[in-house]
Amino acid sequence: MKFLEVNNLDIEYQTRKETIYASKNVSFNLHRGEIIGIVGESGSGKSTVANAIINLIDKPGVITNGSIKLDGSELRNNADVIKNIRGKKIGFVFQDPQTSLNPLFKIKDQLIETIQTHSNLNYKEAETKSINLLREVGIENPEKRIDDYPHQFSGGMRQRVVIALAISCEPDLIIADEPTTALDVSIQFKILQLLKKLTVERNLGIIIITHDMGVISETTDRVIVMRHGIIVEQGKTQEILSKPKSLECKSLVMSVPPTNKKIDRFKLLSPEGKEIKNSSVKLTNNIIKNWGTTETSTKKLIDFVKVSKIFDEGSILSTKNNVANIKALDNVSFEVFEGESFGLVGESGSGKSTIAKIISSLINPSSGEIYFDNISLFDPKNKVIKNKFRGQIQMVFQDPYSSLNPRFKVKSIIAEPIKFFQKNIGEAHISKSVNDLIDIVGMSRQSLDRYPHEFSGGQRQRISIARALATRPRLLICDEPTSALDVSIQAQVLNLLKDLQSQLNLTILFISHDLPVIRQMCDRTTVLKNGKVCETDFTENIFKKPKHSYTKELLDLMPKIEAII
Amino acid sequence: MIKFFNHFIDTDIGYSFKKSKIAIISTIVFLIIVFSSMFASIVAPYDPFDPASISLMDAFTPPIWVDGGNISFILGTDQQGRDMFSTMIYGSRISLTVGFASIIFAMILGISLGVTSGYFGGRYEIVVMRFTDVQLTIPSILMALLVDGIARGFISKSLHDDMAIYVLILAIGISEWPQFARVTRAATLVEKNKEYILASKIIGLSNIVIMFKHILPNILRPVLVIATIGLSQAIITESTLSFLGVGFPPTNPSLGTLIRFGNNFLFSGEWWITFFPAIFLVILALSINLLGDWMRDALNPKLKAR
Repeated sequence: MKFLEVNNLDIEYQTRKETIYASKNVSFNLHRGEIIGIVGESGSGKSTVANAIINLIDKPGVITNGSIKLDGSELRNNADVIKNIRGKKIGFVFQDPQTSLNPLFKIKDQLIETIQTHSNLNYKEAETKSINLLREVGIENPEKRIDDYPHQFSGGMRQRVVIALAISCEPDLIIADEPTTALDVSIQFKILQLLKKLTVERNLGIIIITHDMGVISETTDRVIVMRHGIIVEQGKTQEILSKPKSLECKSLVMSVPPTNKKIDRFKLLSPEGKEIKNSSVKLTNNIIKNWGTTETSTKKLIDFVKVSKIFDEGSILSTKNNVANIKALDNVSFEVFEGESFGLVGESGSGKSTIAKIISSLINPSSGEIYFDNISLFDPKNKVIKNKFRGQIQMVFQDPYSSLNPRFKVKSIIAEPIKFFQKNIGEAHISKSVNDLIDIVGMSRQSLDRYPHEFSGGQRQRISIARALATRPRLLICDEPTSALDVSIQAQVLNLLKDLQSQLNLTILFISHDLPVIRQMCDRTTVLKNGKVCETDFTENIFKKPKHSYTKELLDLMPKIEAII
Repeated sequence: MIKFFNHFIDTDIGYSFKKSKIAIISTIVFLIIVFSSMFASIVAPYDPFDPASISLMDAFTPPIWVDGGNISFILGTDQQGRDMFSTMIYGSRISLTVGFASIIFAMILGISLGVTSGYFGGRYEIVVMRFTDVQLTIPSILMALLVDGIARGFISKSLHDDMAIYVLILAIGISEWPQFARVTRAATLVEKNKEYILASKIIGLSNIVIMFKHILPNILRPVLVIATIGLSQAIITESTLSFLGVGFPPTNPSLGTLIRFGNNFLFSGEWWITFFPAIFLVILALSINLLGDWMRDALNPKLKAR
């Protein structure tokens, strides 16, 4: 029996200059005991559709057409029905577990409040029920934990509490909007297992909204692919992923980094459906003429020796015998050779970004030595060294929306490092260098006269790369450069980095939590956990024959798109 | 100029400006006052500083719509026979000059201390911020009186009238800077951890360049808001000081001085000498304040959705 029916749904956002269609003619249905996934890139309208179901469309958005029926009753424009249904029949799990619980209330109060709003249970009964719910979602020792505040739970645990809240009134439908995007792989796996289990046990319908094809392939029965507010394809997950019919779907599936093999480049489809083959090879010629190529050598470029970092050392509260100091890095050692791309992989809190900041001299290590080209980077006696290497180490950041100064034109963003390192350079020379740089990152020269906010995330990341290359670095640190991007854009940016590396013989230190991306990008990889090195090896060896138990666990738990194809 | 105006109307802020009647009216009023005081010698019918144009015979002429009013003095004359309308326009010139100059002085002092303390942190930040805390506990009028009093001690009496404008700018500027220091420090704390600042650090740019070329342009929005509201406050502080007799001398009257002298005649029937400058001051301060309120709402992204 069709449980949820959405028919011809049109949602518009009227802005001052134009009307944006967040969804056009969207129709789908959902049965009990079924998980469907809505997948699409950012701006495809997937969250808007989900919000429309529980009537949470914010102004200036309006539903202009269509119907939403739950168990036969119409939800659209029906405030009374919705009030009864929201929370009781439909549960909602939001993306960010850090903000979806009220930090001032105990877990207990939030659960009991929700339960009592929708049922006639008294306080004691509601409390017992809450404890059972927490046990059901896998929180250990629920009798005690129920008295805790949200900040006392970890991210994954908090998401479990949110799920407990969502199922507390025995809803028939759960809408999960990117439920695991903010979580680490191992916790993501557990949450997805939990959702699957609940579907079977409680005979629920679940809608999972995500951009992660791995999550889709591991959990959903059916999938809806959206683009620009239109459903481009829907059907059985396995069929869509293995034999995508529409162009959008094909390019989406193609750009997902495979987990089971290393490919040379990501295949990209042009809007006409042809494969884009040209790389930026030709474009780098100009730059190579200017820079001269460095020869491939097996010289050690970075030697990271037994580095530890303790934050909040030197604060007034920390004393000598305070052993409980958290070590962000604990005796980390690894070597990076010239011309290779070296991966650092680990979950949040593993210290990967700390390493990037130490190498780029943003923070100092607490102990240990870092050698760049056999010269110590942190020599307390010689402070000049740091500046000598400034231009040789550059970084591409994670968040494309905050890594460019919003008040500068792209031209001045790229020109600034050039001016800084070549003081007596002429204006003509600068603009030539800037033009070359914008060419190699694959953007038009017209973009030089615009401001960063006029560009999309992927384009901004290209600008960031151009800025980082402007100082002719030998080492490029990429700190999660694609984690904020859509998969197809990610594929483009990763291709670009690969091209640049082979052309300019760059050494790349690639930091990511995403194992498939690491496999595609890196020659050698270090796996980190809680500031300690688990293992360092050739990437292929790590994926084929992991030695450390943690690496094995990570590889087992990562969602694999190939699992069902 | 027209192109720039069209561009301004097209932006979000311009759009919100177009939608807000209060903002448009207060801008027009404010601009009229500013321009008429800038071109006072053209706008005003008489020059109140030219002894030749003043006649004691005309003293205490009421406004034209009152019995005994004279067509050549629309708003009447004061006790020396000066035309009220002209005197007010010249007076507003002094008030506005002191207002703008003291706010710019306070901005330079406050922004440089605020940005540097937010950026460097540590002991320097603690010292600067405790200093602002202490100063914020002293009412700004009291602070200005204090500075004025000290200045009087150092400047000889004959020079004092000529130096009055500098003393007032200094006094008001010093009482206003903590606002700027606090706001810019808070904004700098947010901005300095953004990745584009880290990128500039990795390039190796000097701290001065990072602070004033990269951070400062990005935190100017809140500064603009408090500068506007601060401007009306500075004008009112100046008038208060002049009213109390520590501001401008009667030979070179600001709005506050005019109110003070008019005050003496309030109960003898010559109400217009104090009434018109007071109303003028209210309109001026109100138009700036309303403009500041609108700006605060328009520049606040949280309120933008409405």
